[in-house]
Amino acid sequence: MKRTVKLAIALVAFGFSIPGFAADQDVSLVIRNNRFEPQEVRVPAGQKIRLLVKNLDAAAEEFESHELNREKVIAAGATATIYIGPLSPGRYPFFGEFHESTARGAVVAE
Amino acid sequence: MLGATIIVFREVLEAALIIGIVAAATRGRSGRNRWVLAGVGAGVVGSLLVASLTGELASFADGVGQELFSAGVLGLAVLMLAWHNIWMSRHARGLARDAKQLGADVASGRRDMSAMALVVTLAVVREGSETALFMYSLMIGGDNSRVAIFLGGALGLALGAAAGFGLYAGFLRIPAKWFFSATSGLILLLAAAMASQFARVLIQADLLPSLASPLWDTSWLLTNNAPLGVLLHVLMGYEATPAGMQVVFYATALFLIAAGMRHAKTLQSPSS
Repeated sequence: MKRTVKLAIALVAFGFSIPGFAADQDVSLVIRNNRFEPQEVRVPAGQKIRLLVKNLDAAAEEFESHELNREKVIAAGATATIYIGPLSPGRYPFFGEFHESTARGAVVAE
Repeated sequence: MLGATIIVFREVLEAALIIGIVAAATRGRSGRNRWVLAGVGAGVVGSLLVASLTGELASFADGVGQELFSAGVLGLAVLMLAWHNIWMSRHARGLARDAKQLGADVASGRRDMSAMALVVTLAVVREGSETALFMYSLMIGGDNSRVAIFLGGALGLALGAAAGFGLYAGFLRIPAKWFFSATSGLILLLAAAMASQFARVLIQADLLPSLASPLWDTSWLLTNNAPLGVLLHVLMGYEATPAGMQVVFYATALFLIAAGMRHAKTLQSPSS
């Protein structure tokens, strides 16, 4: 009986450890004055993340990251939803293509 | 001003290369220039429309409307390219011999030209809408005069168009014997590349699992923002860090279209 309980717990734990079955985690960013705030966000590795990027500027921006393999135009005043990961531990820079000199940031998976 | 040039060039380049390939693949076909120009014109109108609706598009379908739209555009382009290549496998010999002999095939040839014009339109809509948004965001940014922004953008557009024309001109130097294989081979890779992008946008919207993210990492060898990386990305779908699902879509599209082309070849009517 005890063994069955242990097995059940192990199975449930395993189920949650499979990336696809883990609950998505939300991470919010804003774009203000052609900059990302915060410039660096920390996320757990091995888990799917939902990035919510709100553009507070009057101009559109394009969120882009070669490392994350993502690109998305964000209209003025709009919030973009971008799914990323599950990521291996590491630093994944992103930038705003329309204002590349100022709009820079990174996702740090750990 | 230079900033505008670089970004407009980058956006225009992808569409220009696709137009170059389409123009080469339809060389010598009647009304080719008119079809391509009509495709570009419809694309410009479409991109202005899409750019003005970006906000509405983004909030649609729980914030992934843009991805759904991109997936629709890419999926349609893949189908058109696949259809063209399969059609060409069946008709290439007849076309090469004498276009006038086609007779009954004129209607089907026109259908193929409209499919290719649609590919041009879709490519222009995809890249043009981003270019329009970028130019607009520069204008309201107010750091540069409108004349400087406009000239910078025009220069980027001209450079991008020149690259597309360069690719086309390069194709024309390929000996006739190899010409069909070269163009249909490149169209095949282009379709597979778009199928991989189709998967990427759906993964970004969480509508497809990534399978592995990434499956491999060759950014030490060639990054996707190096000039050669950009070129290979457009022409054959090179990605330094692709998701596993993208590779599945790429390989599946490649296999299905190649199989369709082989099959169509065996169906060639005995008279041709």
